[in-house]
Amino acid sequence: MRNKTRAFLTMLGIIIGVGAVITMVSIGEGSKQSIRSQLSGMGSNMITIRPFSNSTVGGGARLGTTGLQTLRLEDIKSIQQQAKFTTDVSPSVSSNAQAIYGSQNWPTQMQGVAPSYLNIREWKLSSGMPFTDDDITISAKVCLLGQTVVDNIFSPGENPVGKVIRFGKIPFTVIGVLEKKGENTFGQDQDDVILAPYSTVQKRILAIVYIQNIYASAIDENSSDTATKELTAILRVNHKLKPNDDNDFTVRTQAELISTISSTSQLLTVLLTATAGISLLVGGIGIMNIMYVSVTERTKEIGLRMAIGARGRDILLQFLVEAILISITGGVIGVVLGITSAKLVTVFLGWPTLVSESSIILSFAVCAVTGVFFGYYPAQSASRLDPIEALRYE
Amino acid sequence: MHALKGVSFTIDAGEFVTIMGSSGSGKTTMLNILGCLDKPTDGKYLLDGVDVKSLSRDELAKLRNRKIGFVFQSYNLLARTSALENVELPLLYNSDVPAKERKEKGIKALESVGLGDRLDHVPNQLSGGQQQRVAIARALVNEPVMILADEATGNLDTRTSYGIMALFQELNAKGKTIVFVTHEPDIATFSSRTITLKDGRVVKDVKNENIRSAKEMLAALPVDKDY
Repeated sequence: MRNKTRAFLTMLGIIIGVGAVITMVSIGEGSKQSIRSQLSGMGSNMITIRPFSNSTVGGGARLGTTGLQTLRLEDIKSIQQQAKFTTDVSPSVSSNAQAIYGSQNWPTQMQGVAPSYLNIREWKLSSGMPFTDDDITISAKVCLLGQTVVDNIFSPGENPVGKVIRFGKIPFTVIGVLEKKGENTFGQDQDDVILAPYSTVQKRILAIVYIQNIYASAIDENSSDTATKELTAILRVNHKLKPNDDNDFTVRTQAELISTISSTSQLLTVLLTATAGISLLVGGIGIMNIMYVSVTERTKEIGLRMAIGARGRDILLQFLVEAILISITGGVIGVVLGITSAKLVTVFLGWPTLVSESSIILSFAVCAVTGVFFGYYPAQSASRLDPIEALRYE
Repeated sequence: MHALKGVSFTIDAGEFVTIMGSSGSGKTTMLNILGCLDKPTDGKYLLDGVDVKSLSRDELAKLRNRKIGFVFQSYNLLARTSALENVELPLLYNSDVPAKERKEKGIKALESVGLGDRLDHVPNQLSGGQQQRVAIARALVNEPVMILADEATGNLDTRTSYGIMALFQELNAKGKTIVFVTHEPDIATFSSRTITLKDGRVVKDVKNENIRSAKEMLAALPVDKDY
C-alpha cells in the first residue's frame, strides 16, 4: 500500500488495540504482583492452626475458638517429628496487658512463641538478639519489642535493649527490637506486639498448659496445600479423632488468602483485557473496511494485473499480504506504545505495572490472525473479479 | 445475441494487423477473445497452436502472461510506481524468470522503446506518449508471440500517435506480431493488413499494399502541429 496516510490510519485501530491490551494487562499484572509481594511480607508460606469446635453448650450456643484447649505442645512435637512439608513450627499463646517503662505505659499484646516464629513470619531484628531454646526451657523473662511498643514507652533515641520493662506485673528484660513491619493488608498494626518465650507466657502469665495457635511454614508456597493436608492428618491422629469426627482445629494458609485476593485482581485483568480485546477487534474491522475500499478503488489495477498474467491466487496473496503487513506493522508500533504507556502509568500515576512477555506474544499473534481473518474476504473478492470487467471499471 | 458471427481468419507470425470497426461491430469481443480474457461460446481460437477453449482460468492467465503483450488506450500503468517497476510487473507473474533477471530485462525493454533514461520516473512525471511507451515496454518484456493493442493511440495527439506507430512499425520490422484494434482509418494505413468488422462479421480483410511509414509522416509534420 503506497498511500502512507491511509495505511497509518488503518493501522491506528490495531496500534491502539495492541497498545491497550499490553498496557491493561501490565496494570493488572502489576497490581497482582504488588498484592502478592505485600502478602509475602507477612510470610507467604505461613500456615495457621487454630482450635475449632462444632460442639455446643447450654441452649445450643457454639463455643468460639478462645478457651478451647484442643492444641497442645505434644502437637508441636509430632509436627516437628513427622511433617515433611513444613520447615518451622511454633506454638503461640497471647495475653493482653499494659507494658510499662519508667513513667510511660501502653496497652499491648504479648505473644508467647518459639524462636522459629521469626523465621515463619520472615521477621528480622533491628537490634539486639532473639531468644533461644534455652530461654524456652527455663521460661526466661526476656522479650522482643515491636516498634510501636518501643515508640510508645521509650523516649526517642533511647536504646531499649538491656532495659527492664514490666508487662502487667511481671518484669521482662528487653533483649531485642523487631524490625518495623507496618500495617498488614487489613490495616492492623503488626508492630504493636511483644514477643516472649511461649513457656514464659504459659507459666508466668496465663498459667495454662495448652496452646492457643500453631504457626508453621510450608517448605515453599506451592506445597502449602500438601503441608495443610499433612498437618491435618498428624493432628487428627494426635487428637485421636475417629474417621467420622469433625476436626477440632482449623488449618489455614496464607496461600488461600493470596489466591482469594489474586482472583479479584485476576478478574480485573480479564475485564481490562476484554475491553482492550474489543478495541483490537474494532481495529480488525477497520482493516477489513479499508481493504474493501482498496479493492474497489484498485479494481482497474487488479484487472490489469490479471490481463498480464496474475492468477486469482496471486491477487489473493497480494491483498492478504498487504492486510497482514498492515496489522503486523500496527502490532509492532502497538507493542512499543503499550510498553511506553505502561511505563508512563508507573511514572505519573504511581501504579505498579508489569509488562509480561506472554501479553506481547499473545497480542502479536492476535494481530497476525486479525490480518489474515479480516484481510481474507476482501482479498478473496478481489481475486474473483472478472478481468474484462475490472479492466473497463472506471 | 452473438457479438461475433462466422468470423474466421488466421494471423501469421510477423504480421501487423489492424482490426477496424465502428462501435458495436464486435471489436471489443474480438479483442477479449484474442487476448484470452474471454472464451468463444462456439468455435475455436488457436493461439500459437494452443486451443484456448479447454483452458482453465489459471491456465488462461499463464497464457496471457507468456504469449500476449497488452497495450491499452489508457496506458493502465500503476500510479506512484516507477517506470521500471511497471515494466517488471509481468515478470512477477512469470516463474520462469528468476528475480535477479527482472531488473535487467525491464531495463532492456525500456531501452528498446527509447526510455532508457526514465527508469525511475513515476507515471505522473511522464507525458502521455512516454507513458504509452512504458506500457509497450511492459508488453514486450515477456517476449510474447503477439502484441495486442487496444486503441493504443486513442488518447494521444497526432504527433505522439505517429511516434507510437513508428515504434510499432519498428517492433514489427524486428519480427513482432502486432494486432492493433482501432476505429481510426488513419492508423490502419501503417499496418500490413486490415480486417474490418461490421455487426459481428468480417466485411473486409485486405493486405495493405501501400504501407505508410510513421517515421516519415512524423518528420513531415509541421512543428506547430504540436499545439
